[in-house]
Amino acid sequence: MKPQQTVLFDASGPRARRLTLVGSIVGALIVLGVLGFLLVKLGQKGQLAPELWLRAVEGNAWQNYYLPGLGFTLRAAAVAIAGALVFGLLFGLGRLAQNVVVRLVSGVVVEFFRAVPVLLMMIFFWLLLAINEVTADPSFWGVVIALILYNGSVVAELVRSGVFGLPKGQREAALSVGLTRGQSLRSVELPQALVAMLPALISQLVVVLKDSALGAIIAYTELLQFARRLGSGQGNILQALTIAAVLFIVLNWALSRLAEYLSHSLRRTSGRTGAEIELETGVGASTGGGAPAGPEARTGARPRPGPGGH
Amino acid sequence: MEQYLEIVRTFDVLGAFWVNIRLAFLASILALVLGSLLALFRISPIPTLRWAGGAYVTVFRNMPLTIIMVFMTLGAWGQLNFVLSRDFDTNFFRLAVVGLAVYHAAFVCEAIRSGVNTVPIGQAEAARAIGLPFLASARLIILPQAFRGAIAPLGNVTIALIKNTTVAAAASVATETSSVMRTMIEFSSSYIYAIFFTFAIGYLILVTPVGLASTYFSQRLAVRR
Repeated sequence: MKPQQTVLFDASGPRARRLTLVGSIVGALIVLGVLGFLLVKLGQKGQLAPELWLRAVEGNAWQNYYLPGLGFTLRAAAVAIAGALVFGLLFGLGRLAQNVVVRLVSGVVVEFFRAVPVLLMMIFFWLLLAINEVTADPSFWGVVIALILYNGSVVAELVRSGVFGLPKGQREAALSVGLTRGQSLRSVELPQALVAMLPALISQLVVVLKDSALGAIIAYTELLQFARRLGSGQGNILQALTIAAVLFIVLNWALSRLAEYLSHSLRRTSGRTGAEIELETGVGASTGGGAPAGPEARTGARPRPGPGGH
Repeated sequence: MEQYLEIVRTFDVLGAFWVNIRLAFLASILALVLGSLLALFRISPIPTLRWAGGAYVTVFRNMPLTIIMVFMTLGAWGQLNFVLSRDFDTNFFRLAVVGLAVYHAAFVCEAIRSGVNTVPIGQAEAARAIGLPFLASARLIILPQAFRGAIAPLGNVTIALIKNTTVAAAASVATETSSVMRTMIEFSSSYIYAIFFTFAIGYLILVTPVGLASTYFSQRLAVRR
C-alpha cells in the first residue's frame, strides 16, 4: 500500500487490509467483466476480425492517412497556441491596464470569446473567409482563428490571475525603487507570472489539440478527418477511429504529464504558482468557461492541489 | 432588419437553442451520475477501482469530444447497430447525449475529486480524535466541505458542457445551433455577421447566469480557512 494518506481513510490495519484485498479482487472481476462483455459484443459484430485491425495499422494507413493527418493537426495547433499566447498577453495586460477604457474593452473581448462555443466561431470564420475569398485555405484559418480567440482569452485570464497571485510586496518593492507601474508590470511582475503560468499553458495546448479535431466538421483535413476517410474507404471505421483516438490520447497524456511535472518542480522552487488553480479545476475539455477567474484567486477558497496530482 | 428577422423566423433559431438546452440538460444529469460514480471509485481505498476510475478519466479527458461524437454515429450506430430509439432523429439526439455524458463524466469526476482535496487532512484527524467512526466523519465533516469545494469546478464543467452541445453537429443532430447557423449563413451570406452575433449572444445568455451563479455560490458557501 502506498504511504499516500487520504482525507477519507486512515492507514489501514490487518482487518481493513484483508477487506481491501477482497474488495480489490471483486472490483477487478467487475472491471474485467465489463471489458470482457464489450469485447464479446464487438466479436459478435465481427469487429475483432484481424484483417480489419491490420488494415488500420499497416504502413499504408500511417503513410497516407495518420501521419499527414497528424501533421495537419499539429500545424493548426502550433499556429493556434502561438497566436493564443500573443492574444493572451495583449488582452491580459489590457485587463491590468490603468486606463479604464482599455480595461473595459479587454474585459468585454475576453469574456465574449470565452462564452461563445469554439465550433460556432470556426464555422463563422470559415464561411467568412470562404465567401470573401481572402485565403486559399479557409478551413485551416477558420480553425486557427477560432482556436486563437478562445484559447487566447483563457491565456489572458491566466496572465491576469498569474499577476494577481503574486505577493503584493513584489510590486511595492518595484515601485519603491522608482519604477513606474508599467515598468513594474513588465519587468518584475509579468516575468514571474509567466513562469508560474507555464504548466497551465502546456495544459492549454492539450485543449488546443483536442479542439483542433472540431476542424473535421468544417472540412479541415486533420487527423480525425483522415481517419474517417481511411475507415470509410476500407470498411473499418471503428478501428481507424480507435487508432486516431489512441494517438490523441497518447499525445495529450504526455503533454499533461509534462505540465504536471513542471508544476511540481516550479512549486518546489517558487512556492505557490498561480497556475495550480487552472491545472486543478478544469484543464482540458473545451472546459473553462465564463466564470470570472480573477476574484476568487484571492479568497483562498480554491482547491488545494491533490496529494498525488493527477 | 425586417428581412433579417424574417430569416431568423424561417430557420427557427429559438428551436435550435431549445435542442441544445435539452442536450445540455439530459447530458449533464447523466454525466453527474456517471462522474459521481467514477469519483467514488477514485477516492475509494480499493486499488483496482481507483485504477479503473483513473484509467477512464485519462482516456476520456485526453480524447477530443469530436471523435466521441463521430464514434457514436459511425461506430456505435453505424457498425455496432447500437440503437436508442426507433425514430431516426431521436436516435441521433440520444446518441449525442450519451457521447456528451461519457466525455464530461471524466471532468465531473475530477471536479468532485478536487472538491475532496480541498478538505485539509486535519479535519479528518480532528473527526477521528473526537471519536467519530468512518461513516459519521465522512457524512458530517468531510463530504459537506468537499461539496462546497466542488461547486466552482462543477460550474466550469457545466459551462463547458453547454458550449460543447454544439459538437452534436458531428453526431448528425442537424437541428442544433451550429448546424442551423451554418445553413443560415450559406443561405443568406450577406447577413453573416448578424447571424453569428445572434447565436453568440444566445450562448452568452445561456452561459453567463451559470458562471455568475457558480461564482456566487462557491464564494458564499466557501469554507473560510
